[in-house]
This record gives sequence, C-alpha cells and structure tokens, in this order.
Amino acid sequence: MKILVAVKRVVDYAVKVRVKPDRTGVETANVKMSMNPFCEIAVEEALRLREAGAAAEVVAATIGPAQSADTLRTALAMGADRAVHVLHDPDPARPLLPLVVAKILRAVALQEKPGLVILGKQAIDDDCNQTGQMLAGLLQWPQGTFASKVLLDKEKQKATVEREVDGGIETICLKLPAVITTDLRLNQPRYATLPNIMKAKSKVIKKVTPEDLNVDIRSDMEVTEVNEQPKRKAGVILSSVDELLDKLKNEARVL
Amino acid sequence: MQRWIPAILRRAAPAASGYGGAARLFASSSLLFDETQEQFKESVHKFAQEAIAPHAGAIDASNHFPKGVNLWRLMGDFNLHGLTAPEEYGGMGLGYMYHCIAMEEISRASGSVGLSYGAHSNLCINQLVRHGNPEQKQKYLPKLISGEHVGALAMSEPNSGSDVVSMKCKAEKVDGGYVINGNKMWCTNGPSAQTLVVYAKTDLAAGSKGITAFIIEKGMPGFSTAQKLDKLGMRGSDTCELVFENCFVPHENVLGEEGKGVYVMMSGLDLERLVLAAGPIGLMQACLDAVLPYVRQREQFGRPIGEFQFIQGKMADMYTSLQSSRSFVYSVARDCDNGKVDRKDCAGVILFAAERATQVALQAIQCLGGNGYINEYPTGRLLRDAKLFEIGAGTSEIRRMIIGRELFKED
Repeated sequence: MKILVAVKRVVDYAVKVRVKPDRTGVETANVKMSMNPFCEIAVEEALRLREAGAAAEVVAATIGPAQSADTLRTALAMGADRAVHVLHDPDPARPLLPLVVAKILRAVALQEKPGLVILGKQAIDDDCNQTGQMLAGLLQWPQGTFASKVLLDKEKQKATVEREVDGGIETICLKLPAVITTDLRLNQPRYATLPNIMKAKSKVIKKVTPEDLNVDIRSDMEVTEVNEQPKRKAGVILSSVDELLDKLKNEARVL
Repeated sequence: MQRWIPAILRRAAPAASGYGGAARLFASSSLLFDETQEQFKESVHKFAQEAIAPHAGAIDASNHFPKGVNLWRLMGDFNLHGLTAPEEYGGMGLGYMYHCIAMEEISRASGSVGLSYGAHSNLCINQLVRHGNPEQKQKYLPKLISGEHVGALAMSEPNSGSDVVSMKCKAEKVDGGYVINGNKMWCTNGPSAQTLVVYAKTDLAAGSKGITAFIIEKGMPGFSTAQKLDKLGMRGSDTCELVFENCFVPHENVLGEEGKGVYVMMSGLDLERLVLAAGPIGLMQACLDAVLPYVRQREQFGRPIGEFQFIQGKMADMYTSLQSSRSFVYSVARDCDNGKVDRKDCAGVILFAAERATQVALQAIQCLGGNGYINEYPTGRLLRDAKLFEIGAGTSEIRRMIIGRELFKED
C-alpha cells in the first residue's frame, strides 16, 4: 500500500511575522521558510506506518514555487521514498485556497492511488483547517481529522483513528482508502540525520503543473488588503456596574 | 532518532536563557554552503538546540556533563563524531565543511560540549583516521565514533605549552614496546577518555625529531589522571593532568612511526585549528541569539533599546565580525576539502575568529547592560567560553608567529 503525504512550505514557526509596507500580504522575502509543523507530523506518521509494515511506499507531495522543493527534500531526508512537486508560482493577491489545493491533491491521489492520504490538520500561515476535509469530500473517501492516534489493519483494509475533539477523544473506524489529518500529539517527528540527508539526494522528485493534472486553479477570491491587528489598548478599571453598563452600551456597542 | 520537544510547543519568547525564539534568525542567502550542507546545518541545529542547549547553563554551573543523559551517545547516534572517518568504521566519509558545521552548531548550543566534541572528533578520531594503521583503526574507531568511548589528545605539559617541542615526557624503548614516564597538562576529555593520543619523546636529545605519537588506553597500568582542573570557562568540558608512571605501551600502539611524531602533531594542529575555529563562530552566533531578542524587547526612555544608535552600532559590529569570520572559516574548510591545506590559513582562521568572538561576547554583555552581568543570562558564560579559543590549539601569539614565518618563507 502507498501513503501519500501532502506537505506545505510556510513561514517558519519561530519567525515574527510582519505585514508588508504595501499591505498586500506578509513579508516573505529573506524570511526563514520551513515545512509546516503539522505536515512534519504527517510525514513522521507515514514513515512509522511504513516501518511497521503497514505500507510499502511513502510519497510526499507539495504545491508551490521552485523553492518548495526544499520542503520535499526535508520529507525525503526524513525518509520518504519519492516526491511529487506541483509547480505553482504564488500570487499574494490570489493565494491558493484549500478548495483548489484539495482539487490538485485529488488529481495527484487519483494518479498515485494511495491507500491513505495524510495531511497536517492546518497550515500555520492561514490556519484554514479545510484542505483535508475538502479532499476527502472530493475523493468521496472517509476522513479521520485531528488524529492523535492511528492504527492500520492491512488485512482488513481499515484504519482506526483516535480524534481529539472538543468533548474528549473520539475513536472512529475508516475503510481504506481514507484521508487523515494530524494533530499535535500524534507523534514527535524525527530528525533528518546525515545518512538520510545523503540518501535523499538520489531520490526522485517528479515535477508536474496544475495544467498537467487538468485542474483549474482560478480563484474566486481576491485578497484586497492585509493589515496588522490594531495595537492592544490598555485596560480601564471601572468604579461601578453602572459605568460598565454605560461602556458596554455606548462604547463597545454590544448591548 | 526521535526529537525531544515537538516543534510547536517551543514559543518564540525573549527569555533569560535567550535561546527559544531566536534560534533560527537569518535566512541565509550566502553561497557558503550547498543544499546538502544547508540541510545538515539545519538538522544539527535542531538537534543541538533540543538535546544540548537546555543543559548548557547547568553544565557550566556544575562543571560537569549532565548525569541523566549521555550526550556522547546522542551525538554519536546523530552521526556527528565520525564525520571525517571512513564509512567502514561507522563514519560518514565526509570532509571539513561538515565537521565545521557540526562544531559551529554544537558550540552555539554549549561551548563546553563543543570543545569536548572537537577534542573527541578531531584531535582524537581524525588523528587516528589520518595516521592509524588498519588494525589500530579497527580496534579504536568504531567505539569512538558511536560515542561509547570518549577520545582525547595530549601534547602540552606543565612546562611545555607554546614550546611544546620541549616536552619532557619520556618513552623508553623496552622489550615489546615502550615505558612512558611524565606528565601532560590541560588534556580536554582527559578525565573521561578511554582512548588518548599522547605524544612523548623516544629520543630526548633529538629535539623535535625525537617525538613519537602513541595510542594510550584508559586502564593501562601506570597511566592515571589527576583531578579535574577548575577553569574560567568551558566548564564541564572536563580537563585534567595526565600522569604516566612506568606505563608500558605495546609496540602496536605507536601511531605513525617512531620519531616521526612531530609531523603527526603539526599537521594535526593545522586541521585542529580549522575545525576548532568553528567554535568561536558558534559562540558569536549564540551571542546574537541572546542579544537580538533582548534589544527588541527591553525598553528604556519609552522605546526598545535596539532603536538607539549605540546599540545598533554594537549589533552591526557583532554581525559583521560573525559573518566575516564565518566566511573565512568555511572558505578555508572548502580549500582543505579540496586538498589545499595551507598552514597560515588554518592558523589565520582561528586567530581571527577567536579574537573576534571575545570582543563579540564583551559587546553582548554590554548590550544586556546590568542583566549581562547576571549569570542567569548566558552572556557571561559566552565570554568565558570564548576566551579559551585565543589560547588552546596554539595561543594567538604562536598563531601570529606561524603566519608571519610562513609569509616570510614564501617566495
């Protein structure tokens, strides 16, 4: 069985994000980019499943410009077998939204025919938390999102997924092929050790375009402006409930 | 191997320990490294910050390596010890670029661990790689490379530092080998090493031509270590005096040839200086890691102090010192990998980087002001650690003499 892992190149989690002076987006020039942390967890889970004998091959995929190949190389250095790079140059006014990403990943999945697609639950740049769910819907596959534990039964072709939900932990059983999205506590990703970094140099990265996959990437949404949040103002200590009611009614206008 | 801390749980906070968010600052657009080397640097950085950096303060305060975790083993599992050793012994078969990258990132996490790592992987392991015969390599390298054994090297003596060729430690030829008598001083990793490269005189009258290199094993009768030295910096990088009292060393343990030890020693020193030069690079980077978040957050006169020109001047000086030293070290490393080992360049990189690092550390303390003087912040330790590099592996004075002498000789 093959596992397809989708990974995204995002601004590194440790970087203090700033809005560009022209307010068209956030500053990405000369800013450290890395693999989305939830995607790292996805790659790690796929590798563990392969090491446990539940899968034979782990294929990493990403959508992005030429530099996104770095993210694929990280996945390969962690241990993925090969990679698919869907080339797309980003336009800050029309960023790729989850629906288009899901359509592209669907096309890749239909080509690769994996038994499992694993994605991070969300990317730390847009925090959408939609791609995995949309992908499952487009493929008409079952989904196990916010996974904190994954158990694969190869013979029965089923995946048991423990999900972190608001009420606690929900355990569901999915028939393969299925889509899983990873949550924080699923695993701790491994380091890319030097021998694996060396081995990764000879692994294959297949380059395709959205046109090759027959996916229309035109977006209905246009980003008009990106602004920083207004600076948080100091609090005010009130002297009475009447004053509170007055402020809620006349300043905050919530009553 | 698994990472210790999930990436997301670490928050970018300018804290007293300073390492959290500033860990990965600049997206390097330099052409110093190729893709693979960049990946390796990134990987070692993550490992060093997660596995080594949290212990740095405690290592300095307690003057020993952490008890609950085996850093030697962890670094060995990460394939860091045998970077320049052949693959057949568990090494990576790579060159000095990789070794310097590892040295830089480990030193960035902890100067003491970096120094011990450098002594183990370059002074001991690399010397065995370059001069050992197949039997010696097979016997000693695998365990040194895995981290099961610790390596060290000893040439200096209480009365022979810069004038190392005047060493008095004697190796008298006897039936089957040699009997060694004498003392060695300032031996990094001495207290914990299982395998030591030791230089002694097989012919006291022959000066430099009477030196022979030996492989000493911990436990050899007559070989003992005196108590750990109490140092200004690099605390926790255990250093001690070695004592040889009629220590018998079998003939098989001669490293290289009898009487040819000075060549082993001097050529080793060139590469030792190159690899150790990455230590001050790591320390300078650690200074910036501590200073930048601090000056962005610390406010005086209603503004972050990083907005004041004097502080910006210091930041600029620190940054340019780091970048120029880094360029120098790695370009010489690349030359060495290409077979061009230039004695004056090897001496030059550590001379330059070490002196810059001391100044950068002083500036780091100054940027933090009163807090820089408090041991809760890492800047004091960074200064004490940095100073070592102006002394060990040949003092700055010796380095200047070597470079001047080489330039004078050249046509």
